[in-house]
Amino acid sequence: MRLRHLQIGLWVAAIAAMIIFAGTRWATRSEGVAENSPAFTPVFTLADEEGRIRTSAEFRGKFLLVFFGFTNCPDVCPTTLSDVAQVMDDLGADAEKVQPLFVSIDPERDRRLGLAAYTAAFHPAILGLAGTETETQAAADSFKIFYERENDAASPDGYSMAHSPGLFLIGPDGEWLRQFTYGTPPAEILSDLQTRF
Amino acid sequence: MKHLLLAATLSLTASAALACETVTLGDLSVEHGWSKVTIGAGRPGVFYVSISNVGATDDALVGISTPAAGMPMLHETVVKDGVASMPHAMSIPVPAGQSVQLSPGGYHGMLMGLTAALKEGDSFPVTLSFEKAGEVTVNVEVLSLRAEGPDCADAGQ
Ligand SMILES: [Cu+2]
Repeated sequence: MRLRHLQIGLWVAAIAAMIIFAGTRWATRSEGVAENSPAFTPVFTLADEEGRIRTSAEFRGKFLLVFFGFTNCPDVCPTTLSDVAQVMDDLGADAEKVQPLFVSIDPERDRRLGLAAYTAAFHPAILGLAGTETETQAAADSFKIFYERENDAASPDGYSMAHSPGLFLIGPDGEWLRQFTYGTPPAEILSDLQTRF
Repeated sequence: MKHLLLAATLSLTASAALACETVTLGDLSVEHGWSKVTIGAGRPGVFYVSISNVGATDDALVGISTPAAGMPMLHETVVKDGVASMPHAMSIPVPAGQSVQLSPGGYHGMLMGLTAALKEGDSFPVTLSFEKAGEVTVNVEVLSLRAEGPDCADAGQ
């Protein structure tokens, strides 16, 4: 009898989860960064792994694959960066047309833990950027993405970061081209890029 | 050279077998325990595993422990409204007759306070605590950063 109730409960939960999931998908797609939203040109000014200031303007002429994340994130971030590494390998000679960027949304801690060793472990082409809090917020706003520090006793140092996990493609003129949502297979990213060269 | 090749083959076979071994505890079977290389010991490691429950009673994974980390914990990556976060999972349901995966982008063990950086080919034990079935220990194999899971011939997924 209890089992039966539990089964019904599970079904209700499963259906609710499906509705929530569908709703989330819809909400994500209908966010301001949809494909047909007016073109915009995200900008940033952030220090690189060696402390040199890098700006969006200096990357004109290249496609940018931009990911916002934090290095204390063992699940989402390594998956995306591994996918980016795979794409860079598979691009072959075209790899020089693409600059992958990892923008830290947890810059102080990432700087302390070492950004260069982190990005290099995935792919030597990935450039890590970690600015000040203000610069990071400005970059995120410009890319129209969200991040937030969440206090959580169950996380290292008592906090974790919530963030938009998408991978953003910026064109050679600096214009926003599209987002690859979290989990997009590297092969799909690769073929999208190849149509643009 | 021949010896080197042989050694490489042997270690590959040995490690593949490690992540692919199945441990059973009553109606539960636990397999494909794997982790990823960490960049230094200051960043948390991750733990993934498959659990299946062939019994008629629901169970739940309520905790993990390991000598590899001072503060291991269960987390769930949630992507909601286009934002990813990873709240603490108090318990991960393992319903009767079903299987559950701790896998990239979903439930995972978060290994905080690593005693040492995790290197490819390392292995370490993780003890899983279930609400009803009790405890069971599996061997976890450390795979490369790009790995998506152990390569098991029987990985029927
Ligand atoms: Cu986690």
